Amino acid sequence: MRRALITESNEIRIANESRRRFLQGAAGLTLAVYLPAASAETATSAKVPGGVTFEPNAFVRIGTDDTVTVFAKHLEMGQGSYTGLATIVAEELDASWAQVRVEGAPADAKRYNNLFWGSAQGTGGSTAIANSWEQLRKAGASARAMLVGAAAAQWNVPANQISVADGVLAHAASGRKATFGQLANAAAGQPVPSEVKLKEAKDFKLIGKRIARKDSADKTTGKAVFTQDIHLPGMLTAVVAHAPRFGARVKSFDAAKAKSVKGVVDVVQIPTGVAVLARDTWSAKKGRDALAVEWDESAAFKLGSDQIMARYRDLAKSPGLVARKDGDADNAMSTAARKIQANFEFPYLAHAAMEPMNCVVRLNPDGTCEMWNGEQMHTLDQARVAGLFGLAPEKVFIHSLYAGGGFGSRANKDSDYVLETAQIVKAINGSAPVKLVWLREDDMRAGYYRPMFYHALQAALDDKGNPVGWTHRLVGQSIVAGSPFEQMLVKDGIDAVSVEGAANLPYQIPNLLVDLHSPADIGVPVLWWRSVGSTHTAFSTEIFIDELAAAAGRDPVEFRMALLGKHPRHAGVLKLAAEQGGWGKPLAPGKPGERRGRGVAVHESFHTFVAEVAEVTVKPDGSLNVDRVVVAVDCGVAVNPDVIKAQVEGSVGYALSAVLYNQITLRDGAVEQTNFHDYPLLRIAEMPVVEVHIVASAANPSGIGEPAVPPLAPAVANAIAAATGKRLRGLPIASDLLKA
Amino acid sequence: MITIDLNGKSTRLDADPDTPLLWVLRDTLQLTGTKYACGIAVCGACTVLVDGQPVRSCTTPLSAVAGKKVTTIEKVDAGRVGKAVQAAWQKLDVVQCGYCQSGQIMSAVALLSQNRKPSDADIDAAMAGNLCRCATYMRIRAAIHEAARSLT
Repeated sequence: MRRALITESNEIRIANESRRRFLQGAAGLTLAVYLPAASAETATSAKVPGGVTFEPNAFVRIGTDDTVTVFAKHLEMGQGSYTGLATIVAEELDASWAQVRVEGAPADAKRYNNLFWGSAQGTGGSTAIANSWEQLRKAGASARAMLVGAAAAQWNVPANQISVADGVLAHAASGRKATFGQLANAAAGQPVPSEVKLKEAKDFKLIGKRIARKDSADKTTGKAVFTQDIHLPGMLTAVVAHAPRFGARVKSFDAAKAKSVKGVVDVVQIPTGVAVLARDTWSAKKGRDALAVEWDESAAFKLGSDQIMARYRDLAKSPGLVARKDGDADNAMSTAARKIQANFEFPYLAHAAMEPMNCVVRLNPDGTCEMWNGEQMHTLDQARVAGLFGLAPEKVFIHSLYAGGGFGSRANKDSDYVLETAQIVKAINGSAPVKLVWLREDDMRAGYYRPMFYHALQAALDDKGNPVGWTHRLVGQSIVAGSPFEQMLVKDGIDAVSVEGAANLPYQIPNLLVDLHSPADIGVPVLWWRSVGSTHTAFSTEIFIDELAAAAGRDPVEFRMALLGKHPRHAGVLKLAAEQGGWGKPLAPGKPGERRGRGVAVHESFHTFVAEVAEVTVKPDGSLNVDRVVVAVDCGVAVNPDVIKAQVEGSVGYALSAVLYNQITLRDGAVEQTNFHDYPLLRIAEMPVVEVHIVASAANPSGIGEPAVPPLAPAVANAIAAATGKRLRGLPIASDLLKA
Repeated sequence: MITIDLNGKSTRLDADPDTPLLWVLRDTLQLTGTKYACGIAVCGACTVLVDGQPVRSCTTPLSAVAGKKVTTIEKVDAGRVGKAVQAAWQKLDVVQCGYCQSGQIMSAVALLSQNRKPSDADIDAAMAGNLCRCATYMRIRAAIHEAARSLT
């Protein structure tokens, strides 16, 4: 079941300046937009349950009970952002890790904007730690300075004689000591420092060390609260009948049978379908199943996946918009000693987070609105819900909860399921709080997929086998066209996320052309999916470069290294992964009939550099085991190495599902998959051994939630080629491709 | 009216006997540690113990557990094995998003209750029905071995 596409004018736009500057590598960005004014405004001593507290800025609250609460402006959807953000604050504050707790910050773009997104609050693009780094260090350091100031005043000693460690301030000469909690009240009266000195890396006590995640205890005892777990007094649960094809609308419906289901309270039409409201989820589902809906499919999208791909292959025959042009690639092709070409095809992919999309919305009698959500796009969702109810955005309060995975799905550019929840509340005139529950089938068929893509690559080699020309044509829907992100990410018709990883190919090839077709007539909603454009560009480029190495009769690592002269961080991770992965050493043979191989790939995404060496075994029946993956990562300062390691391990497993199984296919416009039986995810026995090596770096931290995804598929594909001689030309691997 | 022994307490329920145990736990009793993810018993997020055996509560009608002993994540720490598994999970920081982990832990507790020294193959078999989209599988495996060590 699927919803009609929601289209609307987009008054909400994500500003681009800071991101662009960041993309260009300009230094000092976060310093420039640090919030001294907001800090000054919000330094406060507030009466809250538990006593007087000290809130030196928007990110830290210190209670008289010695609790240090860090407000996380980013969603925790598994990537360890709560832990990482709190680590940064605690480090500069010199708190003990045990006294730190984390709370999701509410929607408040003035205080909690993503510094790479201008004035919008939200999480994505592996930016949580990267954009918060300086901001939270300063937040922690200024809180520390105020505590020190308070102690100095109370003890009548110079501030520079006071030391702070593990949440305790001490003056050695006089032997005086006080905890954060004991000084919280006095510290609130201290001026917010206009400048603070940050620690040198050699003095870090928490950053770079293995410290425990803050969410482990609650997530292993069932106490962690996800949106799905919200129960409010009088709350109704809604399950929605969506159209079977994108773009279809409700023509008519008969609610009689649905209303006769015990527990069903109401049935209402909304722009995206028909919602059944019940006292509990099971009744709502039974009611939805009993509903008879007739759909108006006059505007529905009715092509199948095969037809879409055929169209893309056709489009690839003509030039697209130029995303990068170095030298004269056409001339290089026509004069080449040798040419190589390869085409690649990629399916739609569903995010398939374990927690299907859901949201809770309540309209309060005082004219405010509350939302409970694993909130990833605070400012957008807040503005849209406010707009629907005719409220000022600040009247919509968002309770930011844990998300049971996201991988892009909760960063919906159209506010999709959030707005659907609000529409249901509106349809019942706000008479009850509503929890929207998408069942797995609803979630799987909801669209907002990683777009289908077609890539055509050609390379020109000179008579020694050196690459002298490279052309890369991509065909696929733009994710951001028509969305609030368009202004930030589309330039001269090129959607940056369509060509990321292709237009910034790191290999030094004198004549290079990357061009793009972004068909706008495909009615399937598309969205970012963990690592976005790099999900497909890393695959085609890293397989193709491997083929060029083979054509030149050269070692794949050595061949790449020779072309990475201007990209030392790529070269650094490639070298490390090759060393640790035993590159060049013979693989242990498999059992009789098994073919084994080792493959490599290197890719940069979100300013993080990752190389992976995969070892595979192809069995006589064509089935594939990925046995071991050795990963080298350069993500700048490693704030929490164990979280980084976990993200890499998980990214390998996540990416492997897409290599082995994942594809959303359409037949006559209708999605064929419904649940995990026909959209299988990796299971424990299929998980490779993953070894993670982190490059020591003093560079500002970049993200780690996504960048280990892209190199996995091409590394595996290159290992398969080493084992079998067969080159993959798309994903997932066709079931009969690898039979002996 | 159906009576079950839920987390050590005799509990009388007047829900429709056809209602899946999952929704009785989550919506009627507000024991929300047990998760909904697929509804068709292919992902294991809803795993609870029924008389010590791992059961997918999303496809188990309430009537099927009448008179039986049901344990959920909320009280799995009442047993030595449950405590050990949760401690190992925390020690190794297994969780990422965490949504599947209640089910993973219940399956691991069932395994270790019957097999105090599981091999990798035993773990693969016992945990095959529990999906983790974050792919925390390496740490799940390590944590089960860790819990096994702590129990000997």
